[in-house]
Amino acid sequence: MKTITANRLVDGDVVWLGHNGDWVEFVEAAWILNSDEDMTKALEFAKAGEDKQYVLGTYAIDLELKDGHLQPKSLKERIRAQGPTTRLDLGKQAEQHLRSA
Amino acid sequence: MYRYDEFDRDFVNQRVTQFEDQVRRRMSGELTEDEFKPLRLMNGLYLQLHAYMLRVAIPYGTLNSTQMRKLAHIARTYDRGYGHFTTRQNIQFNWPKLSDTPKVLHELADVEMHAIQTSGNCIRNVTSDQFAGAAADEFADPRVYAEILRQWSSLHPEFLFLPRKFKIAITGADEDRAAVQVHDIGLQLTRNENGEVGFVVYVGGGLGRTPMVGRKVRDFLPENDLLAYSEAILRVYNRYGRRDNKYKARIKILVHETGLEELKQDIEKEFEATKDGILNLPHEEVVRINEYFAPPIFETLPKISTELEAAKREDRDLALFASRNLNAHKAEGYTSVTISLKPIGGAPGDATADQMDVIADLAERFGYDELRVTHEQNLVLPHVKLKDLPTIFKVLKANDLAESNAGLITDMIACPGLDYCALANARSIPIAQEISRRFEEVKRQNEIGNLKLKISGCINACGHHHVGHIGILGVDRKGEELYQITLGGSADQNTSIGKIIGRGFPEAEITDAVETVVDTYLANRLDEDESFIDAYRRLGDQPFKDALYGA
Repeated sequence: MKTITANRLVDGDVVWLGHNGDWVEFVEAAWILNSDEDMTKALEFAKAGEDKQYVLGTYAIDLELKDGHLQPKSLKERIRAQGPTTRLDLGKQAEQHLRSA
Repeated sequence: MYRYDEFDRDFVNQRVTQFEDQVRRRMSGELTEDEFKPLRLMNGLYLQLHAYMLRVAIPYGTLNSTQMRKLAHIARTYDRGYGHFTTRQNIQFNWPKLSDTPKVLHELADVEMHAIQTSGNCIRNVTSDQFAGAAADEFADPRVYAEILRQWSSLHPEFLFLPRKFKIAITGADEDRAAVQVHDIGLQLTRNENGEVGFVVYVGGGLGRTPMVGRKVRDFLPENDLLAYSEAILRVYNRYGRRDNKYKARIKILVHETGLEELKQDIEKEFEATKDGILNLPHEEVVRINEYFAPPIFETLPKISTELEAAKREDRDLALFASRNLNAHKAEGYTSVTISLKPIGGAPGDATADQMDVIADLAERFGYDELRVTHEQNLVLPHVKLKDLPTIFKVLKANDLAESNAGLITDMIACPGLDYCALANARSIPIAQEISRRFEEVKRQNEIGNLKLKISGCINACGHHHVGHIGILGVDRKGEELYQITLGGSADQNTSIGKIIGRGFPEAEITDAVETVVDTYLANRLDEDESFIDAYRRLGDQPFKDALYGA
């Protein structure tokens, strides 16, 4: 399982590619790519996102299921998805309330 | 301290206006990221894991209360309420928006600050002794020469696209508190037999993936040749430094590959062509710059403050603080106070906006409006009356700034690591925090005594692990963080690069391993006066290896 991630140009915030080429702020809402066709289409969306100056530095990351939750496989990507492990008041982890909104 | 002249002000303002336009063009799509990236880096703006990061220059670590309050204001208004003081005596903000950075740079320019040359392959912020202009053991104020070097190197047209970044440090005391021998150029102020001021010059020191101690190229460089000789070094480096491989592009590799004698000849040849020309540094100019750094007019005070001594008898915490966090001052009755940014369990080098304001107030009320940032990620009030220390201590204590650990094991350097940094392979801050908590007990820390522990989250070595008495390097091994220990590094006048002691330890075991190293030292030292580094140099690796990995 893979998805595409990037940073948003205007504020550098971490985002992931959603369905239909939108960009979402939480990894849980990311488009999970299960096939080569998905990946091809996703990379087109990613390029469009860069061309429109909405995001920069797009790349694919691996996802895995852990305890029933989908999460990035690498620690670096988990930290990007959550925030600093030493400051739980910062980053995505501090914005949990926005996820259910 | 140095004040901008008309030229400085115009140049900084022009640069901010230029960057404002570059940001506008980036946001509108006129500039691609590939085009914009070198421009933003030239203005200290990185993209890290969670957001942009802005690195603001604090020349030779000197700032006043107005500037510190501005940093607090920026942290509060444009960031998340804190800043991170770095090993180049700078400050980093971890969460600014690209769209806000022109405003931030305008605000900085208002207080004579900027972020120019805090990144990129140019000459970076010149660093110096945090006790410059104050220390009892100082021979001359190194900031005068650091400022002259800053003026020479700022936007120097020839040196903006060097093979790689270039770092200069200068110290004016025999005890090297500026780590000059692990810099591209290290300068040690000295005097020749005729009593004239000059410099011992080291070239090619550095950390990173190929750590090297600087090599001495001059025993005595006359003061007036400082710029011509620096220019000669940079020219030789710019011409011959490798541009084919960024890992081999620093001047230390050039020194290593060319050989010291040949390189010295190249430098001297270039110097012959440069000296006594436009870069000759007239003594009058040194005197003029020196006036900016004239020490405050100190009162005549008794060497020992009866007020402080009485307060110390009443307050054991104050006595402890005074025993660790003061540095001997050149004026009697005065001291330099280290404000530790290493609270037990804290992130090394971080300060909240409120703490910055408190420290600015203290500088204004008690410290002749001067502050310093240390390369060990602490802050300093350089000129304080001993008799004011009890009041200062109370304020520090009320604001979680009174950790009495300067120079102890919990006063460690740590880079931001994988919690923030896009280059890191492993986390540094949580390791620092756990070690800090493990050695929290005051009695134990003091029993261990002077010990420099330094942690980097990748081989780029921003946490200076190579020159830690105990160094920790975080690496990634098949997706797991692993921490290697080096022992015997040092960044003072007896600089040495630490040796890797053996296989690394996972996160869950690294603190135990550090404790084993420390306990081995305690068990083997001659007496309590033998410091960790001295004991290591006497004993060698073996007892530590045996303790860590079994005989």
